[in-house]
Amino acid sequence: MTDAATPVATDEDILAAAQAWREAGRGVAIATVVETWGSAPRPVGSHLVIDEEGDFLGSVSGGCVEGAVISDALDVIESGAPRMLEFGVADETAWRVGLSCGGRIRVYVERVE
Amino acid sequence: MKLPLLTALNAERAARRAAILVTNLASGEQRLVREAEIDADPLAGALHDALRRGKSGIVAESPEGEVFLNVQVPPTRILVIGAVHISQALAPMARIAGFDVTIVDPRTAFATPERFPNVELLDVWPDEALASRPLDRYTALVALTHDPKIDDPALDAGLRAECFYIGALGSKKTHARRVERLRDAGFDEAAIARIHAPIGLDIGAVSPAEIAVSVLGEIVGELRRDRRRRP
Repeated sequence: MTDAATPVATDEDILAAAQAWREAGRGVAIATVVETWGSAPRPVGSHLVIDEEGDFLGSVSGGCVEGAVISDALDVIESGAPRMLEFGVADETAWRVGLSCGGRIRVYVERVE
Repeated sequence: MKLPLLTALNAERAARRAAILVTNLASGEQRLVREAEIDADPLAGALHDALRRGKSGIVAESPEGEVFLNVQVPPTRILVIGAVHISQALAPMARIAGFDVTIVDPRTAFATPERFPNVELLDVWPDEALASRPLDRYTALVALTHDPKIDDPALDAGLRAECFYIGALGSKKTHARRVERLRDAGFDEAAIARIHAPIGLDIGAVSPAEIAVSVLGEIVGELRRDRRRRP
C-alpha cells in the first residue's frame, strides 16, 4: 500500500521483501533487534533487511545506528557468518553511532542463505 | 537464515497463523515452530509463554543455551460490521494506528466505495464475509448496525473465535435484548461479558468521529492490556 495512511512498512512487508530479494538472486542480510535496555526506539523483534548494494527496508533504531548496521550487514552478506552488534551509551562509539535516547540495543545480523 | 525457512515463515504470516522463529545465538541454528507444533517442541514452556505475551525475546538459560525467540503473530485487524457514519471515521483512524481494516455490510446503499475509499469493503452478509476471512484472536470485531440480522451472526462468530476485542453498538435496551438472544444461543455469562457494550471508552463521545475515537481507544486498550496502568 502506498497511500499516506500507512507510511511505515510492516514487519510482514520487510520479511516478504527479504524473501523476494533473495529469490531474485540478490545477496541479503536480515538484522533483528534481539535485546533492548532503557528507552530503545524500536522493540525487540524489529527487522532491517539489507541487500548487497546497501539497499534497505525497515528499521532497528529509528535511524540512529542504521548506517553502522548496514555496513556490518554488507560484511555478513560477504562472509556468511552471523554477527551480534551492540549499540548504546556504554559503547565507546556512542558519540559516533550511539542512541541519542540513552538506550542500548543488541542486533543480530544474519545472511539469507 | 535459510531461504526455505524464511519462505515458510512468510507463508504462516500470510495465512494469519502465529509462529515462532527460534535462533540459537551461539551456533546460529534456527527452526520455525508453528503454533500447532509448540507442544512437541523441547522449549514448549518458553514458547507458549512468549506467544501468550506476543513478545519476542532472549531466553538466556534454555537447555539449548542462549536462544532468541522471534514471535510472529498476524497483523492485528479490525473487522467492522456496518458501513455506517462511525465506520467512515473509524476506518482511516484505525489504519493510521496500524490496523488492517475490513468493512462488511450487505446493504449496498451503505457499502459504497465512495463512502469508503482505500478500505476493504465487502457488500455481503457477515456469514459470507467470514467464510473467506475467518475471525481469529488477532482480530477486533466491531458491530455497528444495531440490526440483529446483521450483527448477531458476527458476534456469535467473534465469541467462538476468541477475538481479542468485541464491541457492539446499541442502547442498554438494545443490548439487553442482544444478551437474551446470545443466552438462548447457548453462550454463558462469561462469554457474553466479553462484549463491550455500550461500545467505546467513556469519554462522552457525541459525533460519529468522537465515537470512532472511543472505539479505537478501547481496541488499543485491549490489545495492550498488559501495559495498562489500570488493568
